[in-house]
Amino acid sequence: MRRSRFLPWLGFALGAAYFLLPLIGTFEFSLRIRRDAYSFGAYANVLSDPLFRATFGYSAIIALLTILVGIVLVVPAAYFVRLRMPRLRPVVEFVTLLPLIVPPIILVFGYLRMFNSSSMLPFTASARGTDMLLIFGYTTLALPYMYRAVDTGLRAIDVRTLTEAATVLGASSFTIITRVIFPNILVAVLSGAFLTFAIVIGEFVMASLLNRPAFGPYLQNVGANKAYEPAALAIISFAVTWAAMGMIQLVARFAPKTSARSE
Amino acid sequence: MSEKSAAAAEHFLRLEGIGKKFGSNAVVKEVDIAIEPGEFVSFLGPSGCGKTTILRMVAGFERPTSGRIIVDGRDVTALPPNRRNVGMVFQAYALFPNMTVAGNIGFGLKIARAGHAEVDRRVAEMLELIGLSGFEKRYPFELSGGQQQRVALARALAARPALLLLDEPLSALDAKIRVSLREQIRSIQRQLGITTIFVTHDQEEALSMSDRIVVMNAGRIEQIGTPFEVYNHPATRFAASFVGTLSVLNATVEEPAAGSVRVAGCMIENLALPRGAAKGAQLPLAVRPEAVRFGKAAEGDIRISGEISDVDFLGSVIRIRLRVQGELLSLDTFNDPSVEPPRRGDRIDVSFGRESVLVLEGQ
Repeated sequence: MRRSRFLPWLGFALGAAYFLLPLIGTFEFSLRIRRDAYSFGAYANVLSDPLFRATFGYSAIIALLTILVGIVLVVPAAYFVRLRMPRLRPVVEFVTLLPLIVPPIILVFGYLRMFNSSSMLPFTASARGTDMLLIFGYTTLALPYMYRAVDTGLRAIDVRTLTEAATVLGASSFTIITRVIFPNILVAVLSGAFLTFAIVIGEFVMASLLNRPAFGPYLQNVGANKAYEPAALAIISFAVTWAAMGMIQLVARFAPKTSARSE
Repeated sequence: MSEKSAAAAEHFLRLEGIGKKFGSNAVVKEVDIAIEPGEFVSFLGPSGCGKTTILRMVAGFERPTSGRIIVDGRDVTALPPNRRNVGMVFQAYALFPNMTVAGNIGFGLKIARAGHAEVDRRVAEMLELIGLSGFEKRYPFELSGGQQQRVALARALAARPALLLLDEPLSALDAKIRVSLREQIRSIQRQLGITTIFVTHDQEEALSMSDRIVVMNAGRIEQIGTPFEVYNHPATRFAASFVGTLSVLNATVEEPAAGSVRVAGCMIENLALPRGAAKGAQLPLAVRPEAVRFGKAAEGDIRISGEISDVDFLGSVIRIRLRVQGELLSLDTFNDPSVEPPRRGDRIDVSFGRESVLVLEGQ
């Protein structure tokens, strides 16, 4: 009995150590900016850097816009696929997985070739245009997570019957999506949104190659030129990601309940 | 106006030659029916008989492959569901989980751009109608199944639809709630006088609630009639066997002209035999269990004796199955607490009136 308990705990401890030791090491290193004592000096330096605030703010806005585009694109698409074209689901699922297979560097080179300043759609000709291109690129990168989150949310409700019930009461497709379907999958959408935020906030390749002042390139730049601040930034980035994951757990408690109370 | 068109104008809902095919599979075949204003009509049949497809065509969720649907003189065959002004209650309640009871009931009115005061007034009216006043702020998950279905009914009725469609609304509920809710639905329907189509596979529901029953099988109508007609005078063998319980006995035609047949060693005369029934032909006859009585027969009754093969105690009723020369005959008798029910293996005499014998034509 004792042995059977020991082995799972040993496995858990090894796994935890594998993930936690580098983090603990990084955290410990980030506190050693002063020779004589541990201090949060590196964190103070990072947080007081105007470039940190500017790049983090930029990436946060881009992340929010990416979430918005993702929701507008994915929610109706997943809804109509589930309702009207269920046979297309495997195809759509495959397409949404492609961003995991195609590296971002290939994606961004494709964008630069397709949407450069001398193309039919010259997105890169202006800063705003490039921002839009970055948002579209991030929407694609986040597609596997957003689609799955939304699809899981749709699976939890009776989409067909709710749609029919709303239709027969006179609602249009737009009303059904915005007032019936979306509020009932909001928690799932938020899960996708937080994952998207976590991906976008630290993304480097696209932002760097499109030359945008995002948080990812800033992290790389600080990492190349300073010693303790990159460690502090790594811990801050982890904290942001964990906060996003924590929010997913938190909002999941507010998922709409669909079953009836027992008699 | 001709007599025919005057009659047609009186009908609130008409299905004219409605058919529906999914690929090469015809699930509804040339269905014609006319429903009067305020009538409660049940479509009764086994799974896959096409009854739900008909309801969905009336709602607008399915487009008929052939035929027309006329509601209140207007051809709605090509209209989308959100422009048909019908209310519908689904088997799975289909309440919007993100909305309160008041939000659900008022949804259709808000879509129709009714004012706040009008929505609030109508929601209160509907809640009173279904006996759930004070439940406005509750969410569907806080209600029992029966309460949810009552809210679904109120939601369907709130926007004053021209037609109410009920798609097996009681199937998901337990037996006791089912009985009380069907009484409530019928009472509300009578109170509002709304034309209603009710789809069910439960004969008891159909018999107890309907003005008329449409018995369906394999995409076709087998019989349309009042519950009394459908139960006592089934038009087809399917209608006879699907509605109620029947004992089917195989008879041999003795004298076709005199309508006499021999069944279980007993002669029955003056039966209305089907046309073309020849001497010696086999003919299925049916008797309802409640038509069979214990003991001695009245003058002219058919008497049979047999051995009890089974006794089912059903509470208020005891069902006895009797083996008569290889055939099984069921008999229902009221439970009398002072009388011990007969036992398996006992030999008993039973009788039934000639008028209770149904000649099944084998359709």
